[in-house]
Amino acid sequence: MTLLLQFLFSGLTTGSVYALVGIGFNIVYNSTSIINLAQGEFVVIGGLMMWFFLEGMQFPFSVSFSLTLLTAAVIGLIMERLTIKPLLKKGDLLLMIMVTIAISILIRGILMFKFGKDPYTYPAFTEGEPINFYGAVITQQTLWVIGITVLCIILLYLFFNKTMTGRAMRACSINIRAARLMGINVSKVVMLSFIISSVIGALGGIAITPISLMEYDKGAMLSVKGFCAAIMGGLGRNRGAVAGGFSIGILEALTAGYIHSGFKDAIALLIMLFILFVKPAGIFGKAEIMKLRKF
Amino acid sequence: MNRENAIAILLLTILVFLFPQLTTDNYILTVGIFIGINSIVAIGLTILMGYAGQISLGQAGFYGIGAYVSAILSLSYGLPVMLSIITAIAVASIAATLLAIPSLRLKGHYLAVATLGFGEIIHIIINEWGPGGPSGFGDIPHFSIFGYTLQSTVEYFYLIWICIILIMIFSLNLLNSMTGKALRAIHDSEIATLTLGINITFLKIKVFVLSAVYASLAGALYAHYVTFLSPSGFSLFYSVLVLMMVVIGGISNIWGGIAGAIIITILPEVLRGFKEFDILMYGLILTLSLLFMRKGIVPMVIDVFRNKFLIKIRKNDA
Repeated sequence: MTLLLQFLFSGLTTGSVYALVGIGFNIVYNSTSIINLAQGEFVVIGGLMMWFFLEGMQFPFSVSFSLTLLTAAVIGLIMERLTIKPLLKKGDLLLMIMVTIAISILIRGILMFKFGKDPYTYPAFTEGEPINFYGAVITQQTLWVIGITVLCIILLYLFFNKTMTGRAMRACSINIRAARLMGINVSKVVMLSFIISSVIGALGGIAITPISLMEYDKGAMLSVKGFCAAIMGGLGRNRGAVAGGFSIGILEALTAGYIHSGFKDAIALLIMLFILFVKPAGIFGKAEIMKLRKF
Repeated sequence: MNRENAIAILLLTILVFLFPQLTTDNYILTVGIFIGINSIVAIGLTILMGYAGQISLGQAGFYGIGAYVSAILSLSYGLPVMLSIITAIAVASIAATLLAIPSLRLKGHYLAVATLGFGEIIHIIINEWGPGGPSGFGDIPHFSIFGYTLQSTVEYFYLIWICIILIMIFSLNLLNSMTGKALRAIHDSEIATLTLGINITFLKIKVFVLSAVYASLAGALYAHYVTFLSPSGFSLFYSVLVLMMVVIGGISNIWGGIAGAIIITILPEVLRGFKEFDILMYGLILTLSLLFMRKGIVPMVIDVFRNKFLIKIRKNDA
């Protein structure tokens, strides 16, 4: 029982990051129909840049935190303006998805050049004794990771439902042409979606690095897992991505704990294949919406 | 096959037979062999993407099945190499069929997502259950046919490039047949094709299986040439590389597969001098070529030639 609880919490922790990556996929997907396969790289950018500012430059925590998010936002902005924007008019989805893959390799190359192949870490956000929960040991950083994820979800919900900009972005995800006719600046919405998804990815990276370390080549696997999470819950639905991310994280932890750690990575993919074949719209998705999609 | 393609095949044949006469450098021939192996995978994916309009992110899975099944059968079970290659291709085709039936029934790019999952699962299986695990295994028998075992680099160069010539002839004929015309029709309009009484799903499955056959053949040839296998070469990264080859070479022409394979295979060799910069340069070149050569190299070169030719004709008319 204690062991099960322990696995559950470690699953929730990794699942949080998958959920954040999955949400990132959704935000970009909703405004552009693109699958941004560089999404996982922003988690790595978050972790490594945080180390750079915190340990390398010895900046205080809050400064490092803001600078890291700013860096991620700027990288997301540059990526969108230089590569996605010129291609968006052509409407060649395949090419745009390929470009995001190329950019993920480019980012990986830059990170390797700057940070080398070593894993990096920094101290947890708050010092203090781990909490004992019915025998399971929960570190404070675990709570931070889960807390930040939950906070992100709430803020995104408020943003997409209560603010004008958020509503404009939702309008674009429903019908981009109608949104344009209503006077919404679609180009700005696309730009904003890339910035938000980059920042969310970086947040996940900042939070998880003290627990699981960060190295330059973790992005690809994170992208795949986050994508599985998004597909599981129905692409484009944030609630779905969160549920998908958490369930993948927990199932992974259980597989690693009870079966064999080598098969941990297969779980997300098996679930994804299963969902695709059984209920392709995802657990929360609707089949009718599926038919209208370009990708 | 039209006249242009027949001439191209002829030129390729001459080039393949001349190349080892021009250089005896084993390094260059080895790079040539790897270009060939990658070309076989890329040609299959070009047909799938350019003619059936489907993306696969799991070619590494079929490539891996081809390599591992053939290697294990010939090494551990003593099967003749030819027979083990054929069995490996059969296994890959069955896997492809099973994967394609549920994912191609649905509209959209389900195949891309399903193949991504499939490829990674194969990679994990190879890593966990394959002989030698993550560190791999060696002593795989060399390729042999009618009791003759191929040993030298030149022999393998000929073997692989003759395979490519045969594959190109087969593919060009296929694309010129009813199947090929139906495929092009699908690419233009699925609904119109459907009303002509063509079974779209069945055709797409056929093409997908064909691409898996090519990939597994390439994997098997790789195994019996290198005689050593480890899981690292069969990851998602390889699938992405093949996708890059196809897109950079140009999906609208199956010669693009070979052109892309040449570029993507040579690139790391050229970039080796950059040391830590290599991944960075690699990403930069890929990004730039995707941004500025959208159609891919082969269609672009053809366009340039046609334009020049057309301008000449116009001048003559004037």
